[in-house]
Amino acid sequence: MQEKLQALKEEALVKITEADDLKALEAVRVGYLGKKGPITEVLRGMGKLSAEERPVVGELANTVRAAITEALEVKKQVFETEALNEQLKKEAIDVTLPGRPVTLGGPHLLTSIVTEIEDLFIGMGFEVKEGPEVETDYYNFEALNLPKNHPARDMQDSFYVTEELLMRTHTSPVQARTMGEYKGNKPVKMICPGKVYRRDTDDATHSHQFTQVEGLYVDKNVRMSDLKGVLNQFAKQFFGEEREIRLRPSFFPFTEPSVEMDISCKVCHGKGCSVCKQTGWIEILGGGMVHPDVLKMAGYDPEIYSGFAFGMGPERIAMLKYGVDDIRHFYTNDQRFLAQYHKA
Amino acid sequence: MLVSLNWLKQYVDLGSETPESLADKITKTGIEVEGIDYVSERLDHVVVGYVESCEKHPDADKLNVTKVNVGDEVLQIVCGAPNVETGQHVVVAKVGAVLPGNFKIKQAKLRGVESNGMICSLQELGIQEQYVPKDLADGIFVFSESVQIGRDVTDYLNLDDAILELGLTPNRSDALSMLGVAYEVAAILNEEVILPDESYTTTDEQATDLVSVKVEATDDNPYYGAFVAKNVTIKPAPLWMRNYLMAAGIRPINNVVDITNYVLLEYGQPLHAFDFDRFGSNQIVIRRAVANETFVTLDEETRTLNTEHLVITNGQTPQALAGVMGGFESEVNNETSTVLLEAAYFDGKVVRQAVKDHGLRSESSTRFEKGVDPNRVKRAGHRALHLLEKYADAKICVGVSEIDALDYSEKDVVITTERINDRLGTTITDYEIAVILDKLQFTYDQDQSTFTVHVPTRRQDITIFEDMLEEVARIYGYDYLDYTLPEGGQFAGKLSERQALKRFVKQVMEGAGLSEAITYSLTTTERATMLMAPDIKKQVISPVRLAMPMSEEHSTLRLSLLPELLAVASYNQARKEKDLALYEVGTVFVSDEKEITKQPKELNRLAGVLNGQWLTHPFQQEHKAVDFYVAKGIVETLVSRLGMDVTFAKAEIDGMHPGRTAEFYHEGQSIGFIGQVHPTLAKSYDLKAAYVFDLDLEYLYEHVDLEPNFNQIPRFPSMSRDIALVIDEMVPSGDVLATIKQAAGEHLFSLHVFDVYQGEHLPAGKKSLAFNLRYLDPTRTLTDDEVETSYEAVLAAVKSTHGAVLRA
Ligand SMILES: [Zn+2]
Repeated sequence: MQEKLQALKEEALVKITEADDLKALEAVRVGYLGKKGPITEVLRGMGKLSAEERPVVGELANTVRAAITEALEVKKQVFETEALNEQLKKEAIDVTLPGRPVTLGGPHLLTSIVTEIEDLFIGMGFEVKEGPEVETDYYNFEALNLPKNHPARDMQDSFYVTEELLMRTHTSPVQARTMGEYKGNKPVKMICPGKVYRRDTDDATHSHQFTQVEGLYVDKNVRMSDLKGVLNQFAKQFFGEEREIRLRPSFFPFTEPSVEMDISCKVCHGKGCSVCKQTGWIEILGGGMVHPDVLKMAGYDPEIYSGFAFGMGPERIAMLKYGVDDIRHFYTNDQRFLAQYHKA
Repeated sequence: MLVSLNWLKQYVDLGSETPESLADKITKTGIEVEGIDYVSERLDHVVVGYVESCEKHPDADKLNVTKVNVGDEVLQIVCGAPNVETGQHVVVAKVGAVLPGNFKIKQAKLRGVESNGMICSLQELGIQEQYVPKDLADGIFVFSESVQIGRDVTDYLNLDDAILELGLTPNRSDALSMLGVAYEVAAILNEEVILPDESYTTTDEQATDLVSVKVEATDDNPYYGAFVAKNVTIKPAPLWMRNYLMAAGIRPINNVVDITNYVLLEYGQPLHAFDFDRFGSNQIVIRRAVANETFVTLDEETRTLNTEHLVITNGQTPQALAGVMGGFESEVNNETSTVLLEAAYFDGKVVRQAVKDHGLRSESSTRFEKGVDPNRVKRAGHRALHLLEKYADAKICVGVSEIDALDYSEKDVVITTERINDRLGTTITDYEIAVILDKLQFTYDQDQSTFTVHVPTRRQDITIFEDMLEEVARIYGYDYLDYTLPEGGQFAGKLSERQALKRFVKQVMEGAGLSEAITYSLTTTERATMLMAPDIKKQVISPVRLAMPMSEEHSTLRLSLLPELLAVASYNQARKEKDLALYEVGTVFVSDEKEITKQPKELNRLAGVLNGQWLTHPFQQEHKAVDFYVAKGIVETLVSRLGMDVTFAKAEIDGMHPGRTAEFYHEGQSIGFIGQVHPTLAKSYDLKAAYVFDLDLEYLYEHVDLEPNFNQIPRFPSMSRDIALVIDEMVPSGDVLATIKQAAGEHLFSLHVFDVYQGEHLPAGKKSLAFNLRYLDPTRTLTDDEVETSYEAVLAAVKSTHGAVLRA
């Protein structure tokens, strides 16, 4: 009986090795381990055996059964792996075809620039203030030391709505409004970005609507060297550490002394080239020490308080920084233009 | 202001400064040099020649064969100019000369006749056509005075001059004169200013015996002086003067006119020369014009005047529009023998009015408008008389007939060293300040650190401490100021909640796939009121229109961002950029007045336009055109990000598709709309199916808190039920949703539509809506019974409210 079991095992293992698909393998399993199979038969005949022989043959039968079961399992896994590999092969795709696009929008270039300027000045302790675009003559001009008959405020240069209301020509009125809000006894440290309007015919360098960012700091003991220091810090952070600044005297009715700030030319590093018209410098912004009349009108005593103000044009800065060659691009909103500045 | 450096050298020693180095110093000290222009260049082999003979070319009518003495030789030159004649002193470019434009002079044969050089016009020497005197414009240049044969012409013709173009800010009108520039440059270079010669001899005749002056408008004309110069010879002005005028951009005319222009540029004081014999009387009366008085200016235009204009009259008729332009009747011409010379101070306002009304801005009016130096008015007259005597052979009458109410006083401004340093952040000493004042040639009284500066009248711009602060700072040098940071208190800079929310809204839009656009606030009147949101329309009485628009295109302030955004879509589509998703955050201008008297409300809105395909992935056959639900999804994403519960309802809005437009509400308040643009309107933009949305950002600013609140993550499982209803097709799903929400009880925490069906398996006029309901109690697990009870309540409610039944 023991010999018979051994023989069955050998026989089954050979058949398992020879099986070439899952079906053949299943036939081997049923053939040897099934209820009608030879091993079951052997076990059935165990009753005839002596008490000593019975456990020995029983154990052997179980060992044989286990050996065949394991061999079947191993072989089955081989077939399954093969089948899976076959299927995966069929599932292969062209990985070089384009992916399904995920559309992301992005900010307008002017917004990116204004945001960057805002964040730089916020870092220096400035708050961001806004004001109306339809402004009163008082705030747009008079509070900024431009009285009614001042030549710099020709009707021809502004879009008036009524005699007393106009489209603001700069964001400076927000400075006057903020000083008024702070009632002459509290320091003011603010920037005001926004849209402004001038009576210009739109062309490559003029736009009847454009953007301005102005800044104001009024406190006790504000010095002109502070203006230079703050603007220098801004210029280096915004345009690059290697850029130098210089201040030149200029004139604005609402500041005295007034300055214009140049930065060293990126292309020639100050040696002179066509970009900087051979001067080595590029004009970036205007500013100065707040005129005492402006302080007075806003309720600040110029004997106690002093301050500086500055203003810049994001369009001009964008044109310089990114080489945009026509100011109208900012307002045409050609998708191909807008998308160029979504990278950052 | 154009400044000839050769001319400037007459008043201040420029040392070894090159045009470039000087320009750089002037720019850094306060007057921007906007350009450097070179008259021409130093020319070699270009000399004075004397035409000894001039004969017709044997074979060419228009050519002459000349023999020209150039000092060391006599050259045969063939010349085509019509004005060449024997006995002229001319400019000869000899063989080997190279004229501007790299024009090389070579030996040549012209129609068989040998030519050894060229007789030149001023243009050929590089002088711009517009500055060439009229009588010399069409031919060769002829010297009108004695010159040395064979000498280099560069010096005679001022060819090596450099012209600085000064960009003057409105406060620096003092530099509208060569003397003013000389003071500026002298301060920079620490040099003295050499003043011009104002001396002359006089006859026995008194000016006051020949002419009387009466001023009837003293405020307009505080000083009027009339000088008389007799026996003048009208001829060309000396070459050097004509050269300087040309360099300054003024065309020479004759000696008398050129002298007044020369002094105008030299002193910054406009003068006017009348032909006394044609003046019409021996009295000068300055008065305001009477209404509709007419007068012919020297450009031969008839001007109609009014009482805002000041005129110089002969007691009867106007002879000049004060400070602006002289009259044709008494203009100096070739027959003029007695000159009545006006040196006056006219108030800027009256001159500005005349300039504006007649469109006549001139070198004179510009200076009067900005204010001339009182102390130079009469001196300019003397300077002109000096030149008239010298270059027009004039016999000058004694004295001046004048009316004088002019204020000649110098204003005092007190400065202290301490205050200067406080304001600049410097450590300038008393001595340095004194040196700076000396350089500026300002006189002062010093008491240790206190300076009382007597500001010269040429610097009308300096009236207060800060003006002197600027003078000190700029001569000290802005380059020498330190870089400091403010020493005041600490400030915490941050965005306001409103600004932070605005940035957040933009980020959501961009994350949703929209690009930001910025359009113009000013649009056409038609577009201004197009596609207004219902909440805006309720508030508007009339759009805000400019008083004097430049064009209809930008005449009226917008009440919606959409019309211009649609124009952007249209622009892009025309350029094959059809698939477009844009948003804008901007202001609309809402006035509740019919006639605008106060500032309109400025309200922030968010608007978007979607056109073309929303998604394309061609080889996967995915083509999703923009539709209503794409637009709605964007708005829903935004409001859900902001934690707002928003409901939508069908709406009818002018310019929108009547069946595909919804208004949306938060807590009963309309805060915007979405939908398809009406096909008719879309067509006017050449668009097919454009979808838009518009949202009231002001409402968000008021109601949204960006601070997130912590909500416990649920620890107990939620339970889910689906319900499919058959319902009349006209019932909006939103209404059913609202009914379910109300009926489902406190444990319902999410509810959404997951299927909509209409078709063959349902009766006509019916649709099926399927909803998913999820229930949750954060404190425990719900029982099936509880959920079942709610489910039954929902069924009962939708049946009674909408006649909905369970789908079989
Ligand atoms: Zn450069």
